[in-house]
Amino acid sequence: MEQQRRIRVLVAKPGLDGHDRGAKVVARALRDAGMEVIYTGLRQTPEMIVEAALQEDVDVVGLSVLSGAHLTWVPKVTALLRERGADDVLVLVGGIIPQSDVPVLQGAGVRGIFGPGTPTTDIARFIEEQLGRTAAGVPIGAAH
Amino acid sequence: MYQSVPRTNPDPRALVEAALAGDVRAKARLFTLVENGGSEAQLVLASLAPRIGHAQVVGITGPPGAGKSTLVSRLAGALRLRGETVAVLAVDPSSPITGGAVLGDRIRMQNLHGDPGAYVRSLSTRGAVGGLARAVEDLVTVADALGFDHVLVETVGAGQDEADIAAIAPTVVLVEVPHLGDDVQAIKAGILEIADIFVVNKADREGADQAAAVLRTMLSLVHHPEAWKPPVLKISAINGEGISPLLDAVAAHQKYRQTNGSLEAWRVERARRRLLDGVRERLFERLLATVSRDELDALAVAVAEHRIAFGQAVENLLAVGRESVSL
Repeated sequence: MEQQRRIRVLVAKPGLDGHDRGAKVVARALRDAGMEVIYTGLRQTPEMIVEAALQEDVDVVGLSVLSGAHLTWVPKVTALLRERGADDVLVLVGGIIPQSDVPVLQGAGVRGIFGPGTPTTDIARFIEEQLGRTAAGVPIGAAH
Repeated sequence: MYQSVPRTNPDPRALVEAALAGDVRAKARLFTLVENGGSEAQLVLASLAPRIGHAQVVGITGPPGAGKSTLVSRLAGALRLRGETVAVLAVDPSSPITGGAVLGDRIRMQNLHGDPGAYVRSLSTRGAVGGLARAVEDLVTVADALGFDHVLVETVGAGQDEADIAAIAPTVVLVEVPHLGDDVQAIKAGILEIADIFVVNKADREGADQAAAVLRTMLSLVHHPEAWKPPVLKISAINGEGISPLLDAVAAHQKYRQTNGSLEAWRVERARRRLLDGVRERLFERLLATVSRDELDALAVAVAEHRIAFGQAVENLLAVGRESVSL
């Protein structure tokens, strides 16, 4: 039987904008939900993000983009993950995403998009549901 | 070029093969399996066992904000320039309430991102005290077996008593900074006793000379039974100053360990400690398995309400265990 795997999340900010308050709030909230959050800091290239995601063996990559450049950066990250055989990693995007861009990001493989004002507990619950286990790694629905 | 490694129920032996062939994801999965423990971890460690014993292991410890992560990134960068490969195991604390953690050591290690010869793994203590995660020793073994020339282990921000690193790394570097305290702090027991090399970081700031002088004075008060006299080095990790002398000191200490036989003694001491830890853990698990939740709760309430002395309650628990645990 495989041991319980606590949920590990990489929170990264691709591109050049320097506003990381949102990313830090989410990192903190996921920590409070019991997850292990690796925060990589500002100004990450897609290559750096994907390499870190692979080395850290995360279940989730959360990208925070507030600069409007999400269509530039996000598909590069998902494409690189695919290329490296890691397209089972759950990719989420947080930031200011116009409604018209949502299908584009979803088409690129993004499974969750969270705008300003999203309760952080929603993000944690979404992750647990998508992965089918709790933050501590207990399979959901297998409690008895 | 990269095989997709299935996330669920991977065959540990196939993972080992893929990892040795250079697959980053397979390496990372091995670390995960070993970190999570259990029978799969034992299987992985057993298949890696013939390959261990080549890596140089260095522990980096010191108080929060002393610049450990920055120093580790500089050391790793300098080793990479020499063409040597480096694994970094960086530990940050977990929440005692939720078990979650924010692991931020990578922020200071941007120079290593994307370098295939450097592997950085962020670890949560997962409730362990002593400055490390419980699995760190096994994770060092994994890094060693995967062929990394150097393994740098960064502890959580350590104050006075988190000395577990000395049982993991034969060479321990203690990072201090100016203005941490007076000379009485420097003669207290604990972490100062286990360091092989002392570093005063942020030497670009005022007070570094004094901090180094305090450490040297402290060291001069101690009779060193061993021939190794811990050096005190001033560095500025953020500016990359003093890194080369520090690497020389690390190499000198590792050579010292190898030539005077103290490495063997250290290994035996470490094995003894692991054995006792293992026995303690197993005994504890077996004992707990014999005690019902209700019995434990009742005893805890009795202790909290001062109806039974703490020592007596412990004896009662042990008595339950003695009846049912066969040793």
